[in-house]
Amino acid sequence: MRHDTIEKSLNLMVVLIVLAISIGGLIEIVPLMMSSDVTEPDEGISIYSPLRLAGRDVYVREGCYNCHSQMIRPFRSETERYGPFTTAGETVYDRPFQFGSKRTGPDLARVGGRYSDDWQRLHLMDPRALVPESNMPGYPWLADNAVDPELVTAKLRALRLLGDPYTDEQIAGAAAAVEGRSELDALVAYLQELGTNRKNRR
Amino acid sequence: MDTAASYNDKVVRQFSIMVVIWGIVGMLVGVLIAAQLIWPQLNFDLPFLTYSRLRPLHTNAVIFAFGGSALFATSYYVVQRTCHVRLAFDKLAAFTFWGWQLIIVLAAVTLPLGITQSKEYAELEWPIDLLITVVWVAYAIVFFATIAKRRIKHIYVANWFYGAFIITVAVLHIFNNLAIPVTLTKSYSIYTGVVDAMMQWWYGHNAVGFFLTAGFLGMMYYFVPKQAGRPVYSYRLSVVHFWSLIAVYMWAGPHHLHYTSLPDWAQTLGMVFSIILLAPSWGGMINGMMTLSGAWHKLRSDPILKFMIVALSFYGMSTFEGPMMSIKTVNALSHYTNWTIGHVHSGALGWVAMMTIGSIYSLLPRLYNREGMYSTKLIDVHFWTSTIGVVLYAVSMWIAGVTEGLMWRAVNSDGTLTYSFVESLKAVEPYHYLRLLGGLIFFSGMIIMAYNVWKTVIAQKPADVAVMNPDDMSTDSKDGGDD
Repeated sequence: MRHDTIEKSLNLMVVLIVLAISIGGLIEIVPLMMSSDVTEPDEGISIYSPLRLAGRDVYVREGCYNCHSQMIRPFRSETERYGPFTTAGETVYDRPFQFGSKRTGPDLARVGGRYSDDWQRLHLMDPRALVPESNMPGYPWLADNAVDPELVTAKLRALRLLGDPYTDEQIAGAAAAVEGRSELDALVAYLQELGTNRKNRR
Repeated sequence: MDTAASYNDKVVRQFSIMVVIWGIVGMLVGVLIAAQLIWPQLNFDLPFLTYSRLRPLHTNAVIFAFGGSALFATSYYVVQRTCHVRLAFDKLAAFTFWGWQLIIVLAAVTLPLGITQSKEYAELEWPIDLLITVVWVAYAIVFFATIAKRRIKHIYVANWFYGAFIITVAVLHIFNNLAIPVTLTKSYSIYTGVVDAMMQWWYGHNAVGFFLTAGFLGMMYYFVPKQAGRPVYSYRLSVVHFWSLIAVYMWAGPHHLHYTSLPDWAQTLGMVFSIILLAPSWGGMINGMMTLSGAWHKLRSDPILKFMIVALSFYGMSTFEGPMMSIKTVNALSHYTNWTIGHVHSGALGWVAMMTIGSIYSLLPRLYNREGMYSTKLIDVHFWTSTIGVVLYAVSMWIAGVTEGLMWRAVNSDGTLTYSFVESLKAVEPYHYLRLLGGLIFFSGMIIMAYNVWKTVIAQKPADVAVMNPDDMSTDSKDGGDD
């Protein structure tokens, strides 16, 4: 077919453009969706508890992923610094994923339990009180914001709709689990769990 | 004058002015967040002024508000001139203008409030995503309906690129943003973990490939030949590089996920196609550059052409750098570092912004019934501020990135790490200053542009331009229509 023919027919051109742009995505994405390697949880990995889910959503809202990755690559220098490399099965309940693409601060995939709860709280309120060289912003308002119990219940329902295995009891108990907790409590609970459910942690 | 006999330049003028305004806003936010990385006190402990909420505002503002307005303005102008008809559906075209501005304002409000999906360049929540879809479909209808009623047989090359950009961005936007709403301001992606990451970078990389490349190549294919007064260098090259560019780009996304838990086969596919992508990218650069054959002397007197040629040079440079960074061993060093930031800005400032600025300077006088801009001298000053600004920016981030990458992997003879993380942060601080300086210089050029544009548009009342009869053209339609 001469290109002349395509240039003279808008319909033909649109059809060919759609064809040309479809192949790459279909071949790279569809097999991935079918693959149990990336859709089945690793041993020990489970759904987020209501408080940690609320904390994770604070992490997303504040944009922590802009400076912190949660994806340790399989290099000696990374496993030495951060811990065992991240596997696909650890991330199957992550909506959306939080791999990040820039490290202005360190990776957080295995930060759980590295510091005390008090360290995390103080650091989030005023980072330079603990790390003088840090350029991280403070997030003091988190201590004053309460987690909304109704919203957490609605979130669990939405996640169950998407296939995450929350039970009726968990959904019924969600509001009570976050009642009276601040966003700072929730975020610290989320951070302290990061990377701790894996079997081969050190 | 009968409206069907004149071009719809009103919507082009509106978008063109917004290019300058959103350019200033987006780059000002960029300057602020660059300063916050040096002086964290500038976050003021206020949620809506915090770096991590403002960075997405910066990226969205420069890509979709500044770049988007430039694409709307030029595509509406080019499709009318090269099809020799008035833009289809005046009211729908006006809707795309106001709809797009509304989306930008909603983004500027919701992102600082922390309403976000956290997927890069797709942060906006689902109600805004729906609005984007509606406006984008309207854009496609206006654009393709205009081509459908064209008065010449051939569809001009610039329109292939604009057309591919419009179709692909619709596909990317819809599939990446599929989510279940919880409230008006919160939703959960239907994808999880690695699948979500693959979806996001299929989107993210092709937002670069189509929004910031194919669309801007459309701009290049009209405004470079126009400004140089020369036909496009090679018709055959434009055919080959168009089809290979749009087909190959769609495979390159996984290079954003090298050495992550994305399966190796997908990473390898992403790497291989990213390297192949060098060829079609350089096809476009060569076609643009060589269009100046026989007209190189014009660079001495025409700063607009200088903008375009430097833009093409940066396009060639960053489309060389990109494939290099997608090689896994190089990426092992560059990923997560400021090198990526440098790469992005040599593309975004060097290619996208400079092509936009050149095209707007070329376009505005025609829209306002004048011979040229208010001041050519000021265009030249702007050219130098842009060039110096982007060079300072890119070079400082390259050095910072390589420094970080090397410090993170340095080990002592006993196998322990040589540097703590915070030592790498301290090491790149001088380059944060240099980057801020480069950004400020680039930004100052935008202020000069605003003044020049202001003086240009207030001096003259715009007049309707009659649609040109294709029979009156002396050149082949493939070489572009004329006004």
